[in-house]
Amino acid sequence: MNLSLSDEQEFLREAARGALSRFKTLEADREALDGNPEALPDLWATAKEAGWPGLLIDEQHGGAGLDAFDAMLVLGECGRVIAPIALLGHLPATAILNDAAAGASLLEPLATGERRAAYLPVSPPDDLVENWTAEPRSGITRAAAPVLSGSGEDARVSGEIAFVPDAPGADLLVGVALLDGKPVGIAVEADASGVTIEPTSRYDASRSLGHVTLAEAPALVLDAPAEALASAWHLAQALIAAESLGSVETALDVSVEYAKERHTFGRAIGSYQAVKHSLTEVLRQLDNGRSLLYYAGWARRGAPDEFPLAASAARSVAGRALDNAARTMISVHGGIGATWEHDAPLYFRRAQLSRRLLGGTAGATDRVAGELMAQADAA
Amino acid sequence: MDLDDTQDQAAYRAQVRAWLDEHKAEAPVLEGEGALTDESEIIAARRAWQGKLAEAGLAGVTWPKDFGGQGMGPIEQVICNQEIARAKVPGILDAIGVGMLGPTIIAHGTDEQKSRYLGPMLHGDEVWCQLFSEPAAGSDLAAVQARARQQEDGSWKLSGQKVWTTNAQFASYGLLLARTDADVPKHKGLTMFIVPIDAPGVTVRGLRQISGEAEFNEVFFDDVSIDADSVVGGVGNGWGTALTTLMFERVTIGLGSEGLGYNSSRFAAAIAGQPDARRDHEVRKELGEIASELLAVRFTGYRTLTALQKGQVPGPESGLAKITIVSGAIKAGDLIADVFGPDALAENSQWAYMISFLPGLKSAGGTEEILRNTIGERVLGLPPAPRLDKGIPFSELRSKETAAA
Repeated sequence: MNLSLSDEQEFLREAARGALSRFKTLEADREALDGNPEALPDLWATAKEAGWPGLLIDEQHGGAGLDAFDAMLVLGECGRVIAPIALLGHLPATAILNDAAAGASLLEPLATGERRAAYLPVSPPDDLVENWTAEPRSGITRAAAPVLSGSGEDARVSGEIAFVPDAPGADLLVGVALLDGKPVGIAVEADASGVTIEPTSRYDASRSLGHVTLAEAPALVLDAPAEALASAWHLAQALIAAESLGSVETALDVSVEYAKERHTFGRAIGSYQAVKHSLTEVLRQLDNGRSLLYYAGWARRGAPDEFPLAASAARSVAGRALDNAARTMISVHGGIGATWEHDAPLYFRRAQLSRRLLGGTAGATDRVAGELMAQADAA
Repeated sequence: MDLDDTQDQAAYRAQVRAWLDEHKAEAPVLEGEGALTDESEIIAARRAWQGKLAEAGLAGVTWPKDFGGQGMGPIEQVICNQEIARAKVPGILDAIGVGMLGPTIIAHGTDEQKSRYLGPMLHGDEVWCQLFSEPAAGSDLAAVQARARQQEDGSWKLSGQKVWTTNAQFASYGLLLARTDADVPKHKGLTMFIVPIDAPGVTVRGLRQISGEAEFNEVFFDDVSIDADSVVGGVGNGWGTALTTLMFERVTIGLGSEGLGYNSSRFAAAIAGQPDARRDHEVRKELGEIASELLAVRFTGYRTLTALQKGQVPGPESGLAKITIVSGAIKAGDLIADVFGPDALAENSQWAYMISFLPGLKSAGGTEEILRNTIGERVLGLPPAPRLDKGIPFSELRSKETAAA
């Protein structure tokens, strides 16, 4: 039994923290919100230097040959400082290609970061929903997954996926399309005919999003097994969960520091039980989330049948933890916590948008219920 | 990172499993067909079973070998717990004695105490109870008022009242925290004693809970004589001794919580059996939220085990898991009863029992409010609220309370 970080993982995390600390990401996020997106630092160069693009690519293809938990450690560090970095889009795409023989030729430049990929998120079926589904532009009804027709040189994919993380500027789009209702892995060059990427921004300027439209776009068909295709969705859940918990860590640390310094009626506000308890609640949810990151990080290879449950549980708890932590951060700081200049609103905006991406925290929570009930049926 | 047994652990597990497979038919049946119903029969059967477990090395797994234990670590204790649960047989009857009080005696007791008490405790011949909390001293345990006055011959006379005492109704001995010096600040004037429950002057009275069951007791001490050699850990060192007990209590609760039956699979199975409910979005949302938190706590347990294996002592943050488990189980009970309707509250329903038990469990082993305070202060480093009782002799505290009000 060993559920703790290895020395290499500690080092990976420390190194990521150090690399990101060279940038004033929060100031840049605020600047970008004020209409100056060019203020956002280009962190892809940093990512390349650190080897992050190749984290989930096998060593034989130039990657680091690491696993989900290692990627989650890096995402956690990015979340701590709300770093605008394209890993949430890139890493699940590389995971699909890594597990598909036909993807091998595409992997090396993605491993070095010379080329950047974006995962086209499509949610696998569950106990209630028979089909793979995509993010809609609006509303609660999910959209149809892209559809593949033809084969070989004539393979073409059509469909729309809204709010794709890190689509703008990606060189390669990797995801799932349905061929006669069955899921097939696909890779599409971003500059191919029939591909439209409409960059969009919502509330959190640090989050790069694009609406992707595919109109008979030429696609490379990947021979990845359905489990690998589903696994990419769950990996994305685990990554955004890890990123969110990183943000919770900072929200908690900053709030605790303030609660120790700010005095009222002759003593620190953190000495009052209500404030103390609200911060302990942030810690409780953070600790629960951390445990689930271990579960998800281990399950991807250690217990693949449990990965959907583990990743969904991690997403559910982490998303709710960030919502609560961001609001607590604002309220512990009193009035100033709700001013433009403070950092708390940046964590709040990050929380608000994150909970509605990639199927939403709600979708993950629902999947936890579905997975457990399916397990009960099988028992 | 892995959840696997090492080779040695796997060998140990196989050994435990083999013994249980061979002997589980000898275990008392407490549920379902053929279950015992008479209280005294149940206790007698469970004590005998504990004796068998002890002889087989399945009790006192972490106790030193010198005292009849196996000298193993927390992982082996967990493996043993898991295998016992898997075999669907009861565990030891005296988890309080073997889990907390025995280890306290091992840490602080005299050689005579260890050789007299530990063997019979381990084998279930003598069951123990913890005599700490009082009506006016639960959260503020150091404020206990039970008074032990030393006599000329070195023996003590004890008077006072203890409350929430699990198993006192069939216990032979209790470990009792009493005030021995009221003229010093409260923490400094305490002593721990071993008290025979059948001593003249001891009265045990059941306390009925919400469920109607009386699973614990109040215990009255009316001028009870206790020997000089009943002191554990030294006169005036009661607080330090008590802290040892509380530390073991934290570890025991932390490692045994899934055995309480508050887990995501059980709750999901209940909902899964209801075709309309399992498709209802509100039900699924509630179940998903509850279950993901309970899954988190399972893995917090594994992280704690990993730390224990590395020789780290679990800190106060381990109390967070208790908050999650109890609130999760409370919400699960509410959800399941909403889904099933009033039948979930029928007299013999497992859900009625769970629903009745949980509000009290919220305070058991420490109230949630105190727990959150402790964690806020010791883990987050937030300053404590001002207290009016520091450094004041205990005898002066009552009048201070009256004056402040």
